[in-house]
Amino acid sequence: MTTTPKLRAWLLTEDFTSARHARAHQAYLSWLRFSSNPLAFGGLAVVVLLALIAALAPWVAIYDPFAQDFSRALQSPSAAHWFGTDELGRDVYSRLVWGARTTLYIAILVTVIVGPIGFVIGATAGYLGGWVDTVLMRVTDIFLAFPSLVLALAFSAALGPGIENAVIAIALTIWPPVARLVRAETLTFRQSDFVVAAELQGASTPRILFRYIVPLCAPSVIIRLTLNMASIILTAAGLGFLGLGAQPPMPEWGAMAAQGRQYLLDAWWLTAVPGIAILIVSLAFNLLGDGLRDILDPKHGS
Amino acid sequence: MIEVKDLHVTFGTNHVVRGVDMTVSEGECFGLVGESGCGKSTVLGAIAGRVKRWQGSISAAEADLRPERRTLAQLRLQQMVFQDPFGSLHPRHTIGRALSEPLEIHGIPDREARIEQALDRVGLPRRFRFRYPHQLSGGQRQRVAIARALILEPKVLLLDEPTSALDVSIQAEILNLLKDLRQQQGLTYVLVSHDMAVVTHLSDRIAVMQDGTFVEVAPRAAMISGDLAHPYTRMLREGSLGYRPTEKEAL
Amino acid sequence: MAHEPLLSVRNLTVEFPSLHRIRPAVSSVSFDLGREKVGIIGESGSGKSTCGRAIMRLHPGRTRITADRMAFMGQDLLTLPERQMRAIRGHRIAMILQDPKYSLNPVMTVGEQIAETVILHERLPRRAARIRAMEMLEKVHIRDPERVMRLYPHEVSGGMGQRVMISMMLIAKPALIIADEPTSALDVSVRQQVLAILDELVTGSDMGLLFISHDLNLVRSFCDRVLIMYAGRVVEEIAAADLDRAQHPYTRGLLEALPSLTQPKDRLAVLQRDPAWGA
Repeated sequence: MTTTPKLRAWLLTEDFTSARHARAHQAYLSWLRFSSNPLAFGGLAVVVLLALIAALAPWVAIYDPFAQDFSRALQSPSAAHWFGTDELGRDVYSRLVWGARTTLYIAILVTVIVGPIGFVIGATAGYLGGWVDTVLMRVTDIFLAFPSLVLALAFSAALGPGIENAVIAIALTIWPPVARLVRAETLTFRQSDFVVAAELQGASTPRILFRYIVPLCAPSVIIRLTLNMASIILTAAGLGFLGLGAQPPMPEWGAMAAQGRQYLLDAWWLTAVPGIAILIVSLAFNLLGDGLRDILDPKHGS
Repeated sequence: MIEVKDLHVTFGTNHVVRGVDMTVSEGECFGLVGESGCGKSTVLGAIAGRVKRWQGSISAAEADLRPERRTLAQLRLQQMVFQDPFGSLHPRHTIGRALSEPLEIHGIPDREARIEQALDRVGLPRRFRFRYPHQLSGGQRQRVAIARALILEPKVLLLDEPTSALDVSIQAEILNLLKDLRQQQGLTYVLVSHDMAVVTHLSDRIAVMQDGTFVEVAPRAAMISGDLAHPYTRMLREGSLGYRPTEKEAL
Repeated sequence: MAHEPLLSVRNLTVEFPSLHRIRPAVSSVSFDLGREKVGIIGESGSGKSTCGRAIMRLHPGRTRITADRMAFMGQDLLTLPERQMRAIRGHRIAMILQDPKYSLNPVMTVGEQIAETVILHERLPRRAARIRAMEMLEKVHIRDPERVMRLYPHEVSGGMGQRVMISMMLIAKPALIIADEPTSALDVSVRQQVLAILDELVTGSDMGLLFISHDLNLVRSFCDRVLIMYAGRVVEEIAAADLDRAQHPYTRGLLEALPSLTQPKDRLAVLQRDPAWGA
C-alpha cells in the first residue's frame, strides 16, 4: 500500500474541511490500526480469498462438481485431481470450491437475519425496561436454555432438510446471545448524558434507539457476529454432516466430510480436506473478529 | 419565569428533595449550592424533565409542567448543560450532527445557517462541525454542549455543574462565555454547583441546600460580604476560601 | 535548613514512549522537601501526578525515569533495587490518592485491613493488632472506632474512607507522605477535617508532605511552599504566603482566572498561554 505523502497528510490532519474528509480520516486511522495487527490481517486475507473463490467458483474450479466418473472413483491426490476424487469420481477440489459458496451463503444469510433481530429486541428491552424488558428477556432465556446444536437439529428436523431451513434453524439459535449483548450495551448507554440530552430535546423513542443507541452497540455486535461466523459454519457443517443441511449432490463442506467418513481408512482426503477448510475459515473469522475488536471497540485502548 | 412550589422527590425510600420553593424571574441567574447528595441536581432535573417523578408544582413561563410528559414546546423553553463534557456528547456523532439533531426534532429550517451561527456564538471555528467529540478538548466540548442547548433558542438554561470538570483557566473562559450569553440574549439561568465561588460569580441570588431543603437564599452581595444568617452557609463559605487551621477545635 | 533535606530531586524527567514518539510528561523538575508541606499545583496534564508517582517509581515498565539526583534520606531512589524500593513504598514513603474507594479492599472490613497492615509492619499478634488499629482510628479523630472497624469500605463515607486510608499509612510511621488530590472527592465540611488531620500529623510527627492539587486556594492556605507546574516543568517556586506576589505570567494568569468570593470580578481574566513556558 503506497499512499502519496500529500494524500496521507490530508487523511491524517484533524482540520477537516468537509464531512467526507472527516469520515475518510476515521477510516484511514482504523485501517492503520488494523493493518498493524498481522494475525487479524491474515484473517481478513483468508476471508477475502474465500469470498473471491466463492464469487469466481466457475472459473476457479477445474471440473464440474457434479460430474461423476466411476472409473476415477477414490483416486488419491494427484496433479490432475489436487485433492483426489470421491466415491462417485467427482473432483474434491472443485467440490470444495463450489462448497465455499454454500458456506458463505449460509453464514451471510444467518448474519443478515440475526443482526436486526438482535438489535431490535435487545435495544428495545434495554431502553424501555419494565415489563417489556422482562417479557423479551424471558423469551430469550427460553431459547438460550437449549444447547444450540440440539435446538438447530430440532428445528431443521421439524422444518425438513434443506439449506434454507438450515439457515432458519441456525438463525433461531444465534439471535439470543446477540440480543443479550445489545441489551447489556444499551443499559450502559441509557442513562448517559447524551441520551438524556436527546430526551430533553424531545427526541422520540425510535429516534433515540436508532440514532443514538444502535450506532454505539454496532461495533460489539459486528465483532460478535464475526466471531459467530465460525460457529455458524461449524453448526452448518454439523447439520450437513447429520444429513439435515445441504442435500446431495449439492457440495457442502460438512456433508462432504460426512460422506467421506465411510472411506476414512482408504481415502483420508475425503474427510480431511473439507475438515481443514472448515478449520481454516473458522479460525480466519475468529482472528478477523479479534482484530475488529481492537479497532472498533472503544473499551479496548483508545 | 420559573416557579417551584413545595417540590418533593422520592427515590424509593430516599426522600431526596423535601419541600423546595423557588421563584426565578426572567433574566435572573439563580444559583443552587450544596454538598454532594443534598438534592441540588435533583431539583434541576425535575425542572428540566429529567427526573420524572415528583410531587408539588413547577411552572415555567406561566405554564404548569406535569411530571411525566412534556410537549415539544415546553421542552424547547429550557435546555440543560451537563457537568461532564466527555459524557454529554454522543461519541459517534460529529459536532455538526449533534447540533442539527435538536433542529431536526423540532422541524426548524435553515439548519446549516443556524449551526454556523451557534458555533460562532460560543466562539468555536465553523469547520469544527466536521469533528468528532474525541478530537476536541474538554473546554471545547463544553462550548459545543452550550451551543447545542442554545440552538433551540430556549428562554432558560439549566446548568448542572457546568465547569467542575474543567481546569481553572478553561473554567474562566466558560464562565465568561455564560455571562456574555446571558447579557446578549436575556437568558434566565439556574446554576447548580458545589463551588461557592463559581455560583457567586455568576448568580444574582444563591440558595444553599442541605438535606433536601433550602437553608438560606442569599443575595450575591451577602455571599460576598459574608453577611449570612445560617451557620451552614457560613461554614460552606469559609470552607471554600481555603484551609483554616483554627477549625481544629471543631473536631 | 542546614541538614540534608528529606527528599531531594534534581532534573527529574519522565518520558512515556508512545506509538509515534517519546512524550516527556515531566521534564527537568528539581526541588527539595524538608519536614514541611510542599504543594504542587498544575492543571490536568501538567505532570504533577506523574511527578508524585515517579518518586514512588510507580510507573508501567516502559516509562523512562531519569534524574541527576532523586534521593530520599540519602538513599538514591533511582538505582535502588525493586526489593528495597518495595520496603520504602508504604513504609517510609506513603501515598494517599484521590478516592479511597479504589484503594481499600472491598471485601475486607476496615478493621481487618488496618490490623493486616499492623501485623505486616509491626509483627504484632492479632489481638494486639486490633487494639493498635483502634488507636490509629482514634488518632485520625474517628469518634466510634469500635463501630467503624466492623464496616466494609462501601459502608463508609468519602471523608471517613480517606481518614481510614491515612490511619493505615501512619502505622508504618512514614517520613514522607505524597498526597495526590486527597480531598478533591470530598465535601467542603469533611475536607477541613481531613486537612486538619494531615496538618496535625506533619507538624506533630515531623513528617514531610508533598501535596498535589489543582486547587489554588487550598494549596495557598494549607502548604508552606508551592511549586507551580506547567507542561511538565516547574515554572515557579514560591512561599505559599507570597503567592499573590507571584512573578510568572502563568501563575498570575491562574490566580486571575479564579473566581473569588472575597474580591469579586465582573469578568475573569482569560489565560493567554505562551509556548515559551513549556520550553
